[in-house]
Amino acid sequence: MTGEDENVSITIEPTVRVETRRQPIPPPERLERIFNIVNLDAIYGSKPALEGVTMEIYKNLVTAIIGPSGCGKSTYIRCLNRMNDLIPGFTQTGTISYHGQDICGKDVDPVAVRRHIGMVFQRPNPFPKSIFDNVAWGVKVLGMKDDVAGRVERALTQAALWDEVKDRLKASALSLSGGQQQRLCIARAIAVEPDVVLMDEPASALDPIATQAIEQLMHELKSEYTFVIVTHNMQQAARVADMTAFFSISRGDEGHRFGQLVEYDATEKIFTAPSDRRTEDYVTGRFG
Amino acid sequence: MSSHGINPADLRAVNLPRRRAVNRGMEAIATLAALTAVAILVVVVWSVARRAAGALDLNLLTKDPVPFAFGPVEQGLANAFAGSLVLVGLATLMALPVGILVAVYLTEFAQPTVRTTVSLALDVLNGIPAIVIGIFVFGLIVVGRGQSGWAGAFALACLMLPLVARATMEVLLLVPGSLREASLGLGVPRWRTTLSIVLPQTIGGIVTGAILAVARVAGETAPLLFTSSIVGTQTSWNPFHALQSIPVAIFELSESPDPQDHARAWAAAFVLLLFILFTSLGARWLATRSRRKLGASR
Repeated sequence: MTGEDENVSITIEPTVRVETRRQPIPPPERLERIFNIVNLDAIYGSKPALEGVTMEIYKNLVTAIIGPSGCGKSTYIRCLNRMNDLIPGFTQTGTISYHGQDICGKDVDPVAVRRHIGMVFQRPNPFPKSIFDNVAWGVKVLGMKDDVAGRVERALTQAALWDEVKDRLKASALSLSGGQQQRLCIARAIAVEPDVVLMDEPASALDPIATQAIEQLMHELKSEYTFVIVTHNMQQAARVADMTAFFSISRGDEGHRFGQLVEYDATEKIFTAPSDRRTEDYVTGRFG
Repeated sequence: MSSHGINPADLRAVNLPRRRAVNRGMEAIATLAALTAVAILVVVVWSVARRAAGALDLNLLTKDPVPFAFGPVEQGLANAFAGSLVLVGLATLMALPVGILVAVYLTEFAQPTVRTTVSLALDVLNGIPAIVIGIFVFGLIVVGRGQSGWAGAFALACLMLPLVARATMEVLLLVPGSLREASLGLGVPRWRTTLSIVLPQTIGGIVTGAILAVARVAGETAPLLFTSSIVGTQTSWNPFHALQSIPVAIFELSESPDPQDHARAWAAAFVLLLFILFTSLGARWLATRSRRKLGASR
């Protein structure tokens, strides 16, 4: 062990070099805006979590949200489908328009919003039902009664799970491994044909092979869906995302901490030539 | 003192023999207290069983009592068993749905402040003496209309409600929030999530709570004295009339001058005891089973 220390030493390079599967982003005028977020503030009780976030999210791209713990990444994507409504004491100001439609208003039905904007969570959370029913339940409840079996098969195939489970669709979803459970949750989310899929650190509880499977399927599905992914893992953002937003923790005048959007640009630019000093410190590993 | 080493004298226990003796003494007292609790149960069951033995036969369950019987007559307490069945059954039908709805409202929909306030109210309701509930129902229903099975069942339901609601709340709180999020994240409405995802997880716990509540009220006498105790000796299943019940029958027979009546009271008490014992054990078994199922589903 002692003699070989030089061989395992790690050098931090100024830029993270990772292989990507990205194609060049189309020119801005050809990008369709799906979300337009203006001056979003989010507050838990009296504790501000996010201040002044303004950004646009584009259709059929993968947008990654990176940043240190506590910078409000999860809070932010949970604003995008009104998931924070469930938390007592949560309030937000600013506007989020989705296809030009404000989704924060009092007259907007959060259930209808979530119907179009699905979500995959940090920990796999399959229903305690069979593999088939996990995917079929949402489909049936939401009234897509025609060809349920076909929809289930398509969703499981898209989530790269069909071959592994096709012979045991009646088995409990809880008998699957963590990575399979998470792909099942993705299949469940896409089976109801959402427009956007929000992913809150979908691979943080998974091993590298399962992580790779999920990144692969995001890459393959982005022609049909728009993905917004929160990740702790910068390499993952570099691999899967077209656009990357870096959030950081700032201190206000009264010393309170809140999350803030620091920089938002093409992934390539964020990782190779960031314009903000804080982004550079973060992506090169000097901070966070 | 100023040296950094530890003085061996600091580590030596002070008064060790005395502390050991106190420890042993306290342990003995605590063990004795625990044994006393078990002993009380054993003595109660045994003494009831011993006195019940004489009158414990099938007639107890199948024959009605014969008033002013002289000498050995085949008689039982069928009317009391039938009445208890109707009273407790109706009370369960009233308390169970309301209790479950209260629990669902508090855990799934209510604001935290409302939840704490109503939970406290349920605990207070649970602490109200049964006789007070009896007087309340007497004033509310019995005065002017007379006693009836409905009045008795309503009084028992008032006692069951907080038990059912609290037990249901406990299991609902065990259902992981991630499961609710999974369903809501699909765009499924809140009510549908509660009905199809949350509640099915808790059926075992709800049944357990209901069984324990039944076991508890099956032995209640006080609320029935006011509401359903002026009865004949015929078996009746009609809740529009006052119905005899086991606890009230035990109370009345124990005041009789006839030693045969005393024996039947003991026998009825023994049957009631067995019923409560077995339902409690059954409920415990169900509870551990459903808890294990919930634990596995996270």
